[in-house]
Amino acid sequence: MDWKLDSGLPIWPQLTQQLKRRIVTGIYPPGSRLPSVRELAAEAGVNPNTMQRALVQLEQEGLARADRTAGRQVTQNGEVLKAVRLREAESVIRDYFEAMSALGWSRERAVELLLERIKEEF
Amino acid sequence: MNGALISCRELYKTYGMQPALRGVNLEVGPGRIVGLLGPNGSGKTTLIKLLCGLLQPTTGSLAVAGRSIGPDTKAEVSYLPDRMYFADWMRVRDLFDLFHDFYTDFNYEKVVAMCRSLGVEPQDRLKPMSKGTKEKVQLVLAMARAARLYLLDEPIAGVDPAARDFILRTILTNYNEEGTVLISTHLISDVEKVLDEAIFLKEGKIMLHATVDEIREKEGRSIDALFREIFRADPLFGGEGGGL
Repeated sequence: MDWKLDSGLPIWPQLTQQLKRRIVTGIYPPGSRLPSVRELAAEAGVNPNTMQRALVQLEQEGLARADRTAGRQVTQNGEVLKAVRLREAESVIRDYFEAMSALGWSRERAVELLLERIKEEF
Repeated sequence: MNGALISCRELYKTYGMQPALRGVNLEVGPGRIVGLLGPNGSGKTTLIKLLCGLLQPTTGSLAVAGRSIGPDTKAEVSYLPDRMYFADWMRVRDLFDLFHDFYTDFNYEKVVAMCRSLGVEPQDRLKPMSKGTKEKVQLVLAMARAARLYLLDEPIAGVDPAARDFILRTILTNYNEEGTVLISTHLISDVEKVLDEAIFLKEGKIMLHATVDEIREKEGRSIDALFREIFRADPLFGGEGGGL
């Protein structure tokens, strides 16, 4: 999974977003140790201070916990993970509707199209 | 006590009648990666040369870690010039030895390992190397010091995008964490992700100094886009050469 950064927005919230994605998609499984700030910064090609800020945000949202000895750990709290997974799904749905609306499809028609597609597949 | 690593006050530099810096006031703290951004001839190289003691200011004052420029500051400043300074007869090892003699903070093992990752061995000759490889070797030498201030003048100009990535990653993974890195460049889209702060120099003056995220938040666009707007349609700089 590559780091994708949109040029017009502040960088750190984008990094937080992508770290979250990686957690809910299991790239960083619950309870696992996150790579160090430096490793993550080098991987994403960003400044370590910016990555640090993104990680602090992740902690504040309860997704990661700073460990005195072992760096940062991904939370094992199922409720928190579930909530994030749901929010991520909502944002994918929002993107879908926005993209469809740009193509001239109403919400209702966009849903219908989706349902038709599902029927075809089964 | 002032905690700034770089501080300049009312700094002026003129070459004969030609002004290069016209009243620069600047403070940069430790542990930052800072972009010194401006078109050719805006004074980037002049400012860097003043900070590393290759030039003397015409008027005004400047200090590195609270001390005026001299042997003490030079021992803590790692400078990468914007041009090649190798002698053709040298082997890579000769450069390592030279740096080792000059700088107590030079890490010999580290530089050997870093060059190896480039496919460059200590016994290799410099002469047949491509421009890109030479530039990478030069950068590796500068980054193998545990300096408090790295002054990198155009480290990514004139190399291909893959080499740029290598150079930026080398900077990110090797700079001393309490140290500050000042990178001058006009290739902004390539560097802006790695910067904490951006300084815009125009006609020898600082016209903007802010963190990258502040600028993106306030302007709603990238530093590169902002730079292009500020410096576009400026006939003064249309065809003017740099090289100050």
